[in-house]
Amino acid sequence: MLAADGTPLKASLGRALRRQKIRALALIAPLLLFVLLTFVVPIVSMLFRSVENQIVSGTLPGTVVALESWDAESGNIPSEDVFQNLFFDMFNAAEAKEHTKLGTRLNYENTGLASMFRTSGRSLDDVGEVFQDAIEDVDDQFEDGAFWFAMMNGAGGEDLLRERRERWVDLTGDDMRGDVGFVPSAEIVELLPTTAAAYTDWAIWTVIEDEEVVAEEDPWEAVYAALVVDLENPATGTAIAAYEGEGAQALQAIAAAEMPKADFTAAFADLDEDWVKTDVWTTIEVYSSAYTTGYFLNSVDRELTPDGVDLRPDNERLYIKLFGRTMWMSMIITLSCIILGYPVAWLLANLPMKSANVLMILVLLPFWTSLLVRTSAWKVLLQQQGVINELLVWLGFVDDANRLILMNNSTGTIIAMTHILLPFMILPLYSVMKTINPTYLRAAKSLGATNVTAFRRVYFPQSVPGIGAGSILVFILAIGYYITPEIVGGTDGVFISNRIAYHISRSLNWGLAAALGTILLVLVLALYWVYDQIVGIDNVKLG
Amino acid sequence: MSITTPNTPRSDLMTFTLPLTALLAAMFGFVGGNMIGHPWYGALIGAVIGAAVAFIVENNLSRRTAVRWGLIGAFAVAGFVFGNLGTAISGAIVGAVLGWAGYWLATGKYRAGVPVYYTAGQTLWHNAFLLICGFIFFFLIAPLFPVMWLSFNAQDFFTFTPEMLNFQAEGYSLKHYRDFLGTDEWMVPLKNSLIIAPIATVISVSLGTLAAVGLSQSHVPGRRAMMAILISPMIVPLIISATGMFFFYAPLGNWLEATLGLSQTFVGFVKVILAHAVLGIPFVIITVTATLVGFDNSLTRAAASMGSAPLPTFFKVQMPLIMPGVISGALFAFITSFDEVVVVLFVGSAQQQTLPWQMFTGLREQISPTILAAATVLVVMSILLLTTVELLRRRSERLRGLSPA
Repeated sequence: MLAADGTPLKASLGRALRRQKIRALALIAPLLLFVLLTFVVPIVSMLFRSVENQIVSGTLPGTVVALESWDAESGNIPSEDVFQNLFFDMFNAAEAKEHTKLGTRLNYENTGLASMFRTSGRSLDDVGEVFQDAIEDVDDQFEDGAFWFAMMNGAGGEDLLRERRERWVDLTGDDMRGDVGFVPSAEIVELLPTTAAAYTDWAIWTVIEDEEVVAEEDPWEAVYAALVVDLENPATGTAIAAYEGEGAQALQAIAAAEMPKADFTAAFADLDEDWVKTDVWTTIEVYSSAYTTGYFLNSVDRELTPDGVDLRPDNERLYIKLFGRTMWMSMIITLSCIILGYPVAWLLANLPMKSANVLMILVLLPFWTSLLVRTSAWKVLLQQQGVINELLVWLGFVDDANRLILMNNSTGTIIAMTHILLPFMILPLYSVMKTINPTYLRAAKSLGATNVTAFRRVYFPQSVPGIGAGSILVFILAIGYYITPEIVGGTDGVFISNRIAYHISRSLNWGLAAALGTILLVLVLALYWVYDQIVGIDNVKLG
Repeated sequence: MSITTPNTPRSDLMTFTLPLTALLAAMFGFVGGNMIGHPWYGALIGAVIGAAVAFIVENNLSRRTAVRWGLIGAFAVAGFVFGNLGTAISGAIVGAVLGWAGYWLATGKYRAGVPVYYTAGQTLWHNAFLLICGFIFFFLIAPLFPVMWLSFNAQDFFTFTPEMLNFQAEGYSLKHYRDFLGTDEWMVPLKNSLIIAPIATVISVSLGTLAAVGLSQSHVPGRRAMMAILISPMIVPLIISATGMFFFYAPLGNWLEATLGLSQTFVGFVKVILAHAVLGIPFVIITVTATLVGFDNSLTRAAASMGSAPLPTFFKVQMPLIMPGVISGALFAFITSFDEVVVVLFVGSAQQQTLPWQMFTGLREQISPTILAAATVLVVMSILLLTTVELLRRRSERLRGLSPA
């Protein structure tokens, strides 16, 4: 069969249909893109934060590698090699002011680490200065930036430069691009590996962040410390004797002289004795991988230990209780909404249209009123000097000295939220009840059913979809509530959302906030899916 | 609908009206007596007064209005004698309730709503049910009144002063309204709200209407999934949306400021507006698709067959018919933005402080009852919005020839 233009009808129809589909998609596309970009992507990337943990390996890269050979079970503190790496990593981190962030992060897992990192970072210059003074005492050329530059600069060390630059990127999160104007010489890299690395670190920082010129600046203390570390290696001594490049004499003089011993274990023990305790290192080791389940475990009151997952100490268990309370209170609120909403919906559905419309306004007015207005209304009503208490005292039912505590506890949250969410129960219930034919009830009664039986066996089963729709809606809205519990909930009546907000804006433990948020979101999405199956999202009605 | 008898039988005085009126009055008496510490004496006196009321009512069935006003007056005067203006008003209320109940019982009006074959128990249940519903409606609407009343407080308290309860003029003032209207502390947030909400509404309505039109066409692949994504901003808890947007918009804002050289305030507004626009979209989608369900597609086909291009067809045929849905969606989107706190707290900065934000901080830190004045203004606004939506809904039903309510 052919269409008017001579093409086969099937092909012609297919083309028309395709064109229609494309037009429909073109209409939806802008909004879909907008929602995906500004809503879905941000939420997904937030969820990603709940497992991200680059901060330990980014701030202490060398330490984390050196720590791999340490056995937490042995009961010994890590070797000097680990402390040596820790010194150079921490020195860089302290220059970039990143060490406090790591301290804050690890403080979530082991209290006290924040102050330990902060004070240690401040004193690292002093540790390095010992070496700087000793070296400069032997040969004052080492005070001169140009001398250093002449010695270290060359060619062939591009790999080292790139590697150190990546470390800075991982540490600071800045892109650190740009010409450093310095390339470590391959000879020096081989001769003095630690010094070359420390000098390169300093050079990159000096040029990119401080915007200075490498040759004109004196290196920071860590470079001198690195030189001493290199010289302690016996093989380096012989290599320096054979070295003929720039600054050979000065280096040989330093190698021959007596240098203070590079004992970083003792140096850190001086800064804070906790550094030589194993539990600090256990924490660092456990959280050294780039991705962690730590935040999620924390959200369910567990923690990572070298032996695996364990319950947190009693006084730190908070979240399971909080999740439980959120669910439990949301259930009570949903139940109260059913109890209060069902009769009203029934009345509205069975009254003549004209009076039902008038009464409907009483339901819709609170629905349209600002959430904050309703919350403040409950604050006015429920507080100790509030309307309800004043009235009860005036009427003599409550003693003036023992006023009811209706606010800043779970009672306040439940009362206020039941009031706020009640319209969300009444509206779906009403729209379902509206479709129930009243003759069924009369038929049941005429067949001899009592009022109770007729309601229980005939009317109620037909209204169940409405209860389901309303309950899921109210429950979904309730478990994510923030404002009302924050204002009338005190400490006993707050929900998991309040804790998430606390971690975002006060404690700044964003990973934990993201993990708690993920759990909450999964819960809500599961309910959303159920809602979609039962009611269908297309059937949501407003007002 | 229900079968009612043309003339209900009169209730019996001694076995019905009198005991019930006495019981009701005894309850009032109990409460009143409780105020002075003697609840049971109060109940007894109340029962006697109730019985007297029942007698008066029974013998003056035809002079209903006069008797009821008389009772209100008598109780109010009694209240005033024993207390102050507050008790007088309570007395008037008690008198009104007693008078009404007396006539309601005595004239048999209590059976007006039930079929004639209902037993006494069923009638009792029916009236009790209405009473329960009445309490629930009271629960829904009553909390708003103390707020409005307190907003006229002359003191800086969140509580009623004795002067207010005694209706003395010095207990009342408009100072909180003056604070609300006269200080930057409240006017700047109001202005910000009035900048953010309309722009966010325009974005969500224009994009949302287009998408709803697209979604309502037949043969859209993946319709359900797309719908789920577009509705999700309404379902995802606000705190999670806010957290996600906080992490997303902070670097985006810095980037805009750094590379495009836009001012911090401007970028802040853009961030909040975009965030609010997303939150309003589900409401637009829901209301507009609901209107489009009843849309007769043969109208657009008729327009096309007469040679109209798709765009003019949309604006001249489809748009006027779905307009009520679009406007009510716009109102929902507007109120969502206007009422939103959590996202603006996380995404915005001090320059974007909105009215709800100011109210939220005020409530948390208990500053001043100016919040209550703001709340009253918002209640009035929501009444206006509700009226608009209601009128639009009726117009839409009329346009589409649905039930003429």
